[in-house]
Amino acid sequence: MNFKHKFVFLFPGLFVLIGILIFPIIFTIRLSLSGWNSYTPEMNFIGITNYIRLFTDDPRFWESFFRLSFLSVTTVILQYVIGFALAMIVWREIKFKRFFRVIFLVPMMTTPVIMTVIWRTFFHESLGPVNDLLGGLGVKPILWLSDPVIAKFTVIIVEVWQWTPFMFLLLLAGLLSLPKEPFLAAAIDGASPFRKFVYVTFPLMAPISIGAIIIRLIEASKIMDTVFVLTSGGPGTATETSSFYIYIKGLREFQMGYAATLSFTYLVIMIISLTIIAKVLTKLMIKE
Amino acid sequence: MKTIKTCVTALISALLVFSPVAYADKWSDQFPHIKATGDIPGDCSYESMSKKNYKGKTLKINTHAVPVMGEPTALHAEQFAKLTGAKVDVTHTPAGDLYAKAMVPFQAGQAPYDIVFGFSNFINDWRRYLEPVPKKYVEMKQMKDVTPSHIGVASWDGVMYQFPVDGDRHYLKYRKDVIDNPEYQKQYKEATGKELKVPTTWKEYGEMAAYFNGWDWDGDGEKEYGSAEVMKKDDLMYAAFYSRSAAYSKNPKTPGGFFFDLETMEPLINNPGFVEALTDWVAATKYVPPGGINFGLGDEIGSFGGGQTLFSFSWDDAFVAAMQPDSPINNKVGAAQLPGATKVWNRKTNSWDEGFNQAPFFVWGWAVGVAKKSKEKEMAFDYLCFFANEANHQADIGIGRFGVNPFRNDDFKVDVWTQIGWDKDIAQSYVDTLAQMEQSKNRVFPLRVPGTFEFNAALATAAAKALAGQLSPQAALDEAAKQWNDILNRVGKDNVRKAYAVGVAMEDNKQ
Repeated sequence: MNFKHKFVFLFPGLFVLIGILIFPIIFTIRLSLSGWNSYTPEMNFIGITNYIRLFTDDPRFWESFFRLSFLSVTTVILQYVIGFALAMIVWREIKFKRFFRVIFLVPMMTTPVIMTVIWRTFFHESLGPVNDLLGGLGVKPILWLSDPVIAKFTVIIVEVWQWTPFMFLLLLAGLLSLPKEPFLAAAIDGASPFRKFVYVTFPLMAPISIGAIIIRLIEASKIMDTVFVLTSGGPGTATETSSFYIYIKGLREFQMGYAATLSFTYLVIMIISLTIIAKVLTKLMIKE
Repeated sequence: MKTIKTCVTALISALLVFSPVAYADKWSDQFPHIKATGDIPGDCSYESMSKKNYKGKTLKINTHAVPVMGEPTALHAEQFAKLTGAKVDVTHTPAGDLYAKAMVPFQAGQAPYDIVFGFSNFINDWRRYLEPVPKKYVEMKQMKDVTPSHIGVASWDGVMYQFPVDGDRHYLKYRKDVIDNPEYQKQYKEATGKELKVPTTWKEYGEMAAYFNGWDWDGDGEKEYGSAEVMKKDDLMYAAFYSRSAAYSKNPKTPGGFFFDLETMEPLINNPGFVEALTDWVAATKYVPPGGINFGLGDEIGSFGGGQTLFSFSWDDAFVAAMQPDSPINNKVGAAQLPGATKVWNRKTNSWDEGFNQAPFFVWGWAVGVAKKSKEKEMAFDYLCFFANEANHQADIGIGRFGVNPFRNDDFKVDVWTQIGWDKDIAQSYVDTLAQMEQSKNRVFPLRVPGTFEFNAALATAAAKALAGQLSPQAALDEAAKQWNDILNRVGKDNVRKAYAVGVAMEDNKQ
């Protein structure tokens, strides 16, 4: 076979790549340069007007972005800590190990929207069971969804509950794949469980931890369904995240051109910031 | 024997005339929804529809989520399918997404839905994609009974684009058993030095709501609260804010615009009248039920209709829900005009005009149209005509959660409501309230301009920030006014002015 013909076999993959990745990005860029909205339903060309608007006259987008950063970093840190702890528990030889492994995964297997509706019912300030329960203990009703600060933590609770199992799964897989020798050596040296964790388990888990954290950060930065169902971005704009804001601009207010500008800008920011985060994590967690 | 026969005949006749269940006919046997009236003859009655044959055809409908409007859409779709043999696919969509769900395919030149439900103020954006209602339906008997204001709501430049299925306005609902209770009147007087009565101003409303907030005043073992209001940002809260603003900002001495000054197109929504209304509303967050700041329309209906609050104001649904036989507050509620104010902002003199002012807000309501690109237009219009036929309409308006409200002259008769179990004085107060709104000369109509959704969303976001304590009322409305100016610049002032002038003419009683 002629060497050149080998490239023919790349075409199917290339077409798929162009179709599902390159074309949508190029289309979004083109759309972002148009003023498509409800009263101008066309792909006209307005240059960088939308970008000027975004960078000079849209503090709400930047507020939502910083709010998103807070929510996603907080939830991922909590998921990592709890997920690691749970993985460590079922990594050891304990009773009902298999049962616990399955139980810990249940939240991840549920449908996020449905579960968020249930959480919203739990946290309903006047009709929900959480405040009822707290009332029985003499605690005043907590404004889970109506207080701008508490509402953020409510979103965090739901996100942590839903996605900690994913972190748990990745970290457990990592723990199960660790070599046994370093642990044997540490045991022979008489290392305490704490020192074993700090000097053996954690460093060995670092590459997997970084992967898990980055995957979860990417996912957490797209948080939409939880916010949509739980708070609709409220009260006020207290829990509005970038993706929810883009959704409002695009599909509620029908500013398609401007929503494309927001989407593309957001994509660029996420690529840059996640690359930096990955490098920082690598530097911090992996010691040569 | 003859006497017995005569008696039986008389008895049956009497039952047919006086009893709601006595209208049973072959249609109400099959469709219990209309058991109160049976089928009522007409062009789109059950009988007429049964003669249509749409077997093998599919009708696709996008409507609101269940129950408000979504439930009657699905119910009538099922009935229509049984009668005509058609297959009817109903998609339910949250209120905030109805606009885009139709607009995306509209703009792409597609028609995934034959029928689209939305709000009547979408008409300016949607009309170019909707098929005008054919003459034969416009001239039908059932259409002749629709009030002129609702014919106007469904039309643009004299062409009807939306099929009337609903008529809406905002008014006050209150707990009659509390307000009229001599014991509470005495108690309130002692505590505040003021009379406990149906509030005529927003300040009185706030004072009473605050007093009756957070304690069990109906003896059911549960705490009750002052007011249930639509405060959730993306759930029609802008309409609630306009209702609260009308009394302070709709000055009959300054015609020429409520939202904008029609001459200059300067947004008026941050003037002291609107700011006063928003200040009142921020205070209201203290007397709504816990979580009330996140109440959407469905929550408001459930809260007031379920007996949780003293007051409520918005569409008819909460009132009708409260009056249903299974409601814990059945026949314990009253209706009245929206509260007014003791002063109103005069934008010409830049000062307050002292004196009582009240302005009803004709928020309009659900609207539905047939896509121009639909391939099943005839079936679609038949469905809509069937949806709104006399029998269905009479049954629908008595079910609060359906969201179908009066828009026909016959609906303003007391008998219509007493027949479904309402006390006569309550029915009277209800129809009087609606009639007074129709007769008012100081009404506010909602925006029907290009970009309506953007204007309302900007206002709602700003108001929500004030309610959440993120911004002061003045700062929030300044932010909204700035955004309105930005939207005006994007859409074009003249485009907006041209469309807005139609609404202003109605407000200024020139149409």
